[in-house]
Amino acid sequence: MSSNQRLIEAIQGGLPLVSRPYAAIGERIGMSEAEVITRLSDLRGVIKRLGVVVCHRKLGYRANAMVVWDVPDEEVADVGQQLGQLECVTLCYHRARHLPDWPFNLFCMIHGKERNRVLDKLDSLVEQCHLSHIHHEVLFSRHCFKQRGAIYSQFAAAER
Amino acid sequence: MDAIDRKIINNLQGGFPISERPYADAAKQLGITENVLIDRITQLLEQGMLSRFGPMYHAERLGGGLTLAALCVPEADFEEVAAQVNAFPEVAHNYARDHELNMWFVVATELPERIDEVISEIEAQTGLSVYNMPKQAEYYIGLQLKV
Repeated sequence: MSSNQRLIEAIQGGLPLVSRPYAAIGERIGMSEAEVITRLSDLRGVIKRLGVVVCHRKLGYRANAMVVWDVPDEEVADVGQQLGQLECVTLCYHRARHLPDWPFNLFCMIHGKERNRVLDKLDSLVEQCHLSHIHHEVLFSRHCFKQRGAIYSQFAAAER
Repeated sequence: MDAIDRKIINNLQGGFPISERPYADAAKQLGITENVLIDRITQLLEQGMLSRFGPMYHAERLGGGLTLAALCVPEADFEEVAAQVNAFPEVAHNYARDHELNMWFVVATELPERIDEVISEIEAQTGLSVYNMPKQAEYYIGLQLKV
């Protein structure tokens, strides 16, 4: 396993909660603190975010709506960018349609404390972005069966 | 949860320093001490408010595969199918949603070519067709909740 792979694997479960966490990680995998810091800085491109990963439900965000839109292909990038900038939208992706039963190609997530408040946010979003002509559906989550971070250990691109 | 906890959650979803004393640096920004920050994060993890304190990776940039997939599961078989799907180590999240397509899960693999294999294996196990909906573009990756 390359040094970057070892580092990626060593921190995926979480950073040590000690004053010098990068020194502690380095000790575990035989790397100096300085090397850990340099490598992590170089890995910024593969690290989407570093910091707290929240548990929505525990924080009271029990209503989680996946809103799916059937946007004409030539407009999907524009609409996606517009939605992605809104404060209430936490994720926004263009995905493949499955015709005929699944015509939707743009997916966004809206989290809220209650379903009604999520629907209110959606109403204002439709108005603000002039999307009333675009067919959409709201899929609220009923139950979360499994939630964990993906496990990464031997990704090819991390090999350097 | 008090004002300090909220401040930590609201400010540290976006980024954490990569420096010799990152907790001290972050704490300074928040107007608290390094010890308080470390204690608070420890407590928030213990209480389950945080599921992790660490990195979220771009799976694709690490060379891995990632997709969102859905199933249309008969209500009577729901629990059984959920157990079958969740048994795959490559299935990262699985949500029941109110729709004809009522089970939605994320598949994350170390190699991109493994995605199609996992999808076929899930179809074989469950006897259902999987709707595979890989990402074509991403417009936002913030996912920051205000508390």
